Amino acid sequence: MATWQPDPSFYPSPRMAAKAPAEKLAYVAAFDPERKIPDAITVVDVDPQSPTYSQIVGQVDMPNAGDELHHFGWNACSSCLCPNAPHPHMERRYLVVPGLRSSRLHIIDTKPDPKNPKIVRVIEPEEVAEKAGYSRLHTIHCGPEGIYVNALGNAEGKAPGGIFLLDPTSFDVLGQWEMDRGPQKLAYDFWWHLGHDTMVTSEWGTPDTFENGLVPEILLGSKYGRRLHFWDLHKRKHLQEIDFGEEYQLVFELRPAHNPTKAYGFVGCVISLKDLSASIWTWYRDGDKWAVKKIIEIPAEPADPDLLPPVLKGFGAVAPLVTDIDLSMDDRFLYVSCWGTGDMIQYDVSDPFNPKETGRVRIGGIVSRATHPKAKNGALNGGPQMVEISRDGKRVYFTNSLYGPIDPQFYPEGLEGWMVKLDVGENGGITFDENFFIDWPKSHRPHQVRLEGGDCSSDSYCYP
Amino acid sequence: MTSISPWLVLAGLGVFHGLNPAMGWLFAVALGLHRGSRMVVLRSLVPIALGHAASIAVIAVVAVLLGFIFDQRPLEIAAGILLLAWAAYQAAYGHRHRVRVGMTTGMVGLGFWSFLMASAHGAGLMLVPVVIPLCLASMPGQDLTAAGSLLIALAAVGTHMAAMLAVILVIALTVYDWFGLEFLRRGWINFDLIWIAALTATGLILIA
Repeated sequence: MATWQPDPSFYPSPRMAAKAPAEKLAYVAAFDPERKIPDAITVVDVDPQSPTYSQIVGQVDMPNAGDELHHFGWNACSSCLCPNAPHPHMERRYLVVPGLRSSRLHIIDTKPDPKNPKIVRVIEPEEVAEKAGYSRLHTIHCGPEGIYVNALGNAEGKAPGGIFLLDPTSFDVLGQWEMDRGPQKLAYDFWWHLGHDTMVTSEWGTPDTFENGLVPEILLGSKYGRRLHFWDLHKRKHLQEIDFGEEYQLVFELRPAHNPTKAYGFVGCVISLKDLSASIWTWYRDGDKWAVKKIIEIPAEPADPDLLPPVLKGFGAVAPLVTDIDLSMDDRFLYVSCWGTGDMIQYDVSDPFNPKETGRVRIGGIVSRATHPKAKNGALNGGPQMVEISRDGKRVYFTNSLYGPIDPQFYPEGLEGWMVKLDVGENGGITFDENFFIDWPKSHRPHQVRLEGGDCSSDSYCYP
Repeated sequence: MTSISPWLVLAGLGVFHGLNPAMGWLFAVALGLHRGSRMVVLRSLVPIALGHAASIAVIAVVAVLLGFIFDQRPLEIAAGILLLAWAAYQAAYGHRHRVRVGMTTGMVGLGFWSFLMASAHGAGLMLVPVVIPLCLASMPGQDLTAAGSLLIALAAVGTHMAAMLAVILVIALTVYDWFGLEFLRRGWINFDLIWIAALTATGLILIA
């Protein structure tokens, strides 16, 4: 519906967005790893003044079982204010929720009752395959030409994966985004620099190489993704590929600077084949090309093989497994989830080539099983995974499940879901909010978190 | 309409088009903010105004040339129907355009962008009810010639562009130097709706 004024949650610049009011609700994707009962978008009360703080207060079930809900997003966001393609008189209202396994898209209305969202449209995988030629839907971003959805496989479930567009008003599938994909085959994450007309995409693998869990031969053969791709955002043309090299596998989450005048961003690499370490890389503009530099290396931790899952036993060490990262709105703090060791690390990345660790907490972990003050059983499993930051940068939320078939490879005893919250100090430093711990209902595992009104990975901006 | 000078109407429409952030002043401000330069704001206004004028000129020239082939009345009705169709299209699909020009654009790209925006929004069509009588009515003591009419049409476009340029100059500088962008959050009223209403009204005027 057209509105008379822009949605109040749209901000021209990240500076202004950082002054947004605190969120009161979080939406969390929750999936059944057994694929027997429907996945759900759950609503979590994150208002400390509320009597139901730190509780699940609402839920909308998907119409089918086995979707494996993944990185969902909003129908519209701050990029609607961009001067070259302005369409600001929209509401941030609908969640666009993809099923990674089912390739189904769900449109969920968060109004009139934000605690009681309702499904208003379901786009079946056949329609996506027919109109866009893709399957295995992974990540959603609202942007200049509508809603962008990426997919890890083509219509047959093979390479190439890529991106397609949805109409932001009708939610009709408009078609494939790429006009010239160059050498790009694998897909994982995507985002952009609106100020530099550049799209960036990363790589995982084709569906047959992950839908039954990670395949050791493919990993050790360096056949999973290890490249970044840079594109002309408006010509939709592949411009440049950067190969991290044989040592590096699984180049995942992309976090470009929010400030649109800055031409750099951060990407996490899950594992090094040399020493199981994880790494964070900065991509940046170097003359008329893009370049990358490794800025952080997080080492594996030696461990008693008896405590390790089969996949790690032979190595005698816990890999950090950096599976998600997130950048604060002011581009100052980078949060790094180490799903293997159980660390959530905060770095000051004001200088994107010279990060300084400013905070670290540990919870769960393959060996450490670190607990939380409010947890009952005293030995949590899973580790920090999907992480989301409030727009003002004062609160950080995260959950502990990675992906249905991969969870048991690293947590074979059965991953038990939880969601926690960190409070952030004025100049860095992170501590657990002792009153916020959600012992996730056993039927589901929690994945991506989205905050009411927008968060640090939902919106992009055209003005500095 | 007869009581208002057509030249004043052309200027008034220039003001109206200039006010709309989607017609370019906002892009000029954004480019200035990106490159940290007031000069960039000013320079950007030139291709924006020229691109807009070019789009208007295409419609005006076509209208005048058609005026020498067809009678004025059927031409007005046809233009009116086209305007109503354009308004309906804007209402249904106005949000669905390809984005071809981004923040790294140069001055030529900016002019092209402005041309596309004005054309897609039917900016030139909105001027047709003024342009047709102005250019196709013979002056006392003068014969109606194609050359003479085209000259008047270009003067009409120039008048419109001058008014638009004056408005975008004032707004862009005011926003860049004083207001900042915060006011966009609440002050950016839905120009698309007003625009669709204006297209519809113009179409009805022509047909009536």
